[in-house]
Amino acid sequence: MIKGIRKGNTMENTNEMTIEFDSRSCNEGFARVAVAAFCTQLNPTLEEVADIKTAVSEAITNSIIHGYENEVKKIRIECQVTEREMHITVIDHGRGIENVEKAMEPLYTTKPELNRSGMGFAFMEAFMDQVLVSSELGKGTEVHMKKTIGCIGGIFE
Amino acid sequence: MDEVLQVDGTCMTVFVPKELDHHNAEGIIREADRVLERENIHQIVFDFRDTEFMDSSGIGVIMGRYHNINLVGGYVSAVHVNERINKLLHLSGVYKLITISKEQGWSDKGNKKGEYYGKHQ
Repeated sequence: MIKGIRKGNTMENTNEMTIEFDSRSCNEGFARVAVAAFCTQLNPTLEEVADIKTAVSEAITNSIIHGYENEVKKIRIECQVTEREMHITVIDHGRGIENVEKAMEPLYTTKPELNRSGMGFAFMEAFMDQVLVSSELGKGTEVHMKKTIGCIGGIFE
Repeated sequence: MDEVLQVDGTCMTVFVPKELDHHNAEGIIREADRVLERENIHQIVFDFRDTEFMDSSGIGVIMGRYHNINLVGGYVSAVHVNERINKLLHLSGVYKLITISKEQGWSDKGNKKGEYYGKHQ
């Protein structure tokens, strides 16, 4: 163990990763796998990895379909691990959400004609410990998700 | 890539790919709806044997197809459903609309990919 990377200094106990990619649907698979790979340093169970992949996939799909409405612009994902917590923020600069509360209701969708189920936010909330959405019309949307990974023995142990 | 759709009489089987997200869902919806329009289909079977990942886009695929086939009195089932997929089907409430089978084969007949699953009920 390297001296100095010990609890007490919070900056040393975090690890961060940011990716930015075009809002094309073919990037969805890559992005969720990248986030899942980053979280493996916390020794997650397979189920926890699957939870994170599903939640990230939902957030990116929302940005592509609703945020940018299939225009090709940039989506940014910021990840941070602290001790046993995984923080993921998915950011787009699309049209924003008019009524966040309504959007987060299960089965509510503004695009039923595209075979959307309206379960995106419901799945994010089901699979992550916390989901916070901040959105401004015409400016974009930020979805912040947090999940505590159960297993002990991350890279900082 | 293997065939995604297979039609046997009035039964259409959809072999769901390894990953069913928004990207893959669009192609499956297009293909499935084309068959539903042209042929007399009364049963849709979603076969999840190869599926390792699914999100709410997959739920949308099932709900949309259910809606279409329900209009003509048909029904939808899901086979080879693993724990993960089963969880998603239950969380979304779709399990109320369709028949779910976790078994390796839908009936004694259909056990290999490409075989007829047989009518249920």
